[in-house]
Amino acid sequence: MLLDLVAAVRAAGVPATPDRVQAMVRALDATGPDLLYWAARLTLCGSPDDIARFDAAFAGFTRDAEPRGTPWQLRRLPERALFRAESPRGEAVTGEPGLAVRAADAEVLRHRDLATLSAVERAEAMRLLALTAAVDPMRPGRRYRPWHRGRTDSRRTMRAMLRAAGEPRVPARRARRPRPRRLVLIADVSGSMAPYADALLRLGHALVQGRPRWTEVYTLGTRLTRVTPHLRALDVAAAVRAAGQAIPDWSGGTRLADTLTDFLRRYGHRGVARRAVVVVFSDGWERGDPAPLGEAAAHVRRLAHRLIWATPHAGRPGFAPTAGGLAAVLPHVDALVAGHSIAAIEELLREVSR
Amino acid sequence: MPGYADPAALAAALAAAGYLADEGLAVAGFLALKLHRPVFLEGDAGVGKTAFASALAEATSLPLVRLQCYEGLDAAQALYDWDFPRQVLHLRAVEAAADGARTVEELEAGLYDRRFLVARPLLQAIEQAPCVLLIDEVDRADDEFEAYLLELLADAAVTIPELGRIVAAEPPLVVVTSNRTREVHDALKRRCLYHWVGHPTPEREAAILRARLPGVTERLAVQIADATARLRALDLIKPPGVAESIDWAAAIGALGADALTAEITSLTLGAVLKVRDDMERVRAATDAS
Repeated sequence: MLLDLVAAVRAAGVPATPDRVQAMVRALDATGPDLLYWAARLTLCGSPDDIARFDAAFAGFTRDAEPRGTPWQLRRLPERALFRAESPRGEAVTGEPGLAVRAADAEVLRHRDLATLSAVERAEAMRLLALTAAVDPMRPGRRYRPWHRGRTDSRRTMRAMLRAAGEPRVPARRARRPRPRRLVLIADVSGSMAPYADALLRLGHALVQGRPRWTEVYTLGTRLTRVTPHLRALDVAAAVRAAGQAIPDWSGGTRLADTLTDFLRRYGHRGVARRAVVVVFSDGWERGDPAPLGEAAAHVRRLAHRLIWATPHAGRPGFAPTAGGLAAVLPHVDALVAGHSIAAIEELLREVSR
Repeated sequence: MPGYADPAALAAALAAAGYLADEGLAVAGFLALKLHRPVFLEGDAGVGKTAFASALAEATSLPLVRLQCYEGLDAAQALYDWDFPRQVLHLRAVEAAADGARTVEELEAGLYDRRFLVARPLLQAIEQAPCVLLIDEVDRADDEFEAYLLELLADAAVTIPELGRIVAAEPPLVVVTSNRTREVHDALKRRCLYHWVGHPTPEREAAILRARLPGVTERLAVQIADATARLRALDLIKPPGVAESIDWAAAIGALGADALTAEITSLTLGAVLKVRDDMERVRAATDAS
């Protein structure tokens, strides 16, 4: 019977390893069968996501089990937006990609086509890897290292004097040891950004490969998706495919302000955006009132070290940031750069390393 | 270490220490005592993760050893360090005595003696055990630091290369907390009992307010608990935790009010909401209703 529960929990996607199952049996031994739910949940789960899956599996396992509630982090955006869609779900956006300049808040759930990389794209991915290799923003750390100038290092000076039998020496100095600064890439994969979305995922892949512990990549359209774990795969085609499968709103509508606020609430405010370099890759097309988008951008700016906004349109001649959303975020960004070509990406990466 | 017959008995002991634990937390604490397994608590700031460890120490009358994690924390600050000045003094003292009878090997072995070892919180906990060891906000430490904790969490032991392995006479009761600013490695979590500490129900929160602040009336406690629950439903940037609602009740009590009116709410909103955008949002919502 217990093994049935373990099988159901595993089928629901909770990684219940044998040592966890052993712990569950020992816990159950201590608590008695009445507390099966807690004995199993405390030992088998390892994250809030696990708890939601565990609850679902457990409810199916014992018919009478009452739902125990899901941690609020797991709540998605309000569901109302899902069903207010003017077009039926799954309908493709018509028209040339890139010409879809109308921002839509109707949510279209769709995954990226499972395309393989062409030879040109693969070559471009290799160039991106080479370009991003030099990207390594640093910040002053809390600890010190010996350095040729800076504050006097009294301990090292003292030890040098001891070695010299108390004779005064040239004072040793110390400076703050630099630490890597986190880089957060937020890529807009909505319909209007469709021509760039693939390249953005490849850029994300190159950045994650270069600094796996210090890079986070999110995509937004009508929802926020964290794709960092998918982009850790070594092969660029496999990584982009896995990320594409994880994104439910590929080439759908845009709800920039809502999803950016969602990013702040779920990740940014808790620490991901703090003193990081945040790069938002979006054309800033926002339907409706642009003011909430400006507020969200201002909030990101207050948390982050630098907020860089990259928009493909900035590369076109005669560009002026007049699109409602872009005009609203402009006062809060540290740099507005183009991002439509490899050369423009190079400029963006220079901006990141500053 | 006192034994408890079942989780309810532990919950009662915690309640006597001023901490009202829900069923899951009581079971987690009970299993930690019984199976000598660390508890890993995750949850929003201010839901009572740290308070659980102090209440556990008080209920079991064990000393509390606390390690606050921060970025750059390393073994020398968390586990142990060699007392360099004392070692030098020792060498000087031996030199001054000049007994000449000692060999260099003896002298060097004498330098790495327990008395020259400075015990930091983790080693203190091993040597003091039984005790409650609180490893607070482990997500703030660098992820390499988690590796230092593995031996301690699994075997209640610390290995010092020059000295050997120090094993606790009785495993300390370990509580690890995290605010989930980053994902803690699975190697650490699988050695622990994992519990997500959620926000309490309004009834439990009212009871917590009454237990923590005896001066608060039943009516005010219920009003504050309901209002806090409504605030949490508003999708705020920083939803208020129990710590904030206790602050709020204390602030209202300090103003001499005994009911939550619109005026009192707007005067004391700063005790419960700490982000300006959230305050504006709540003000707009209350003005509209």
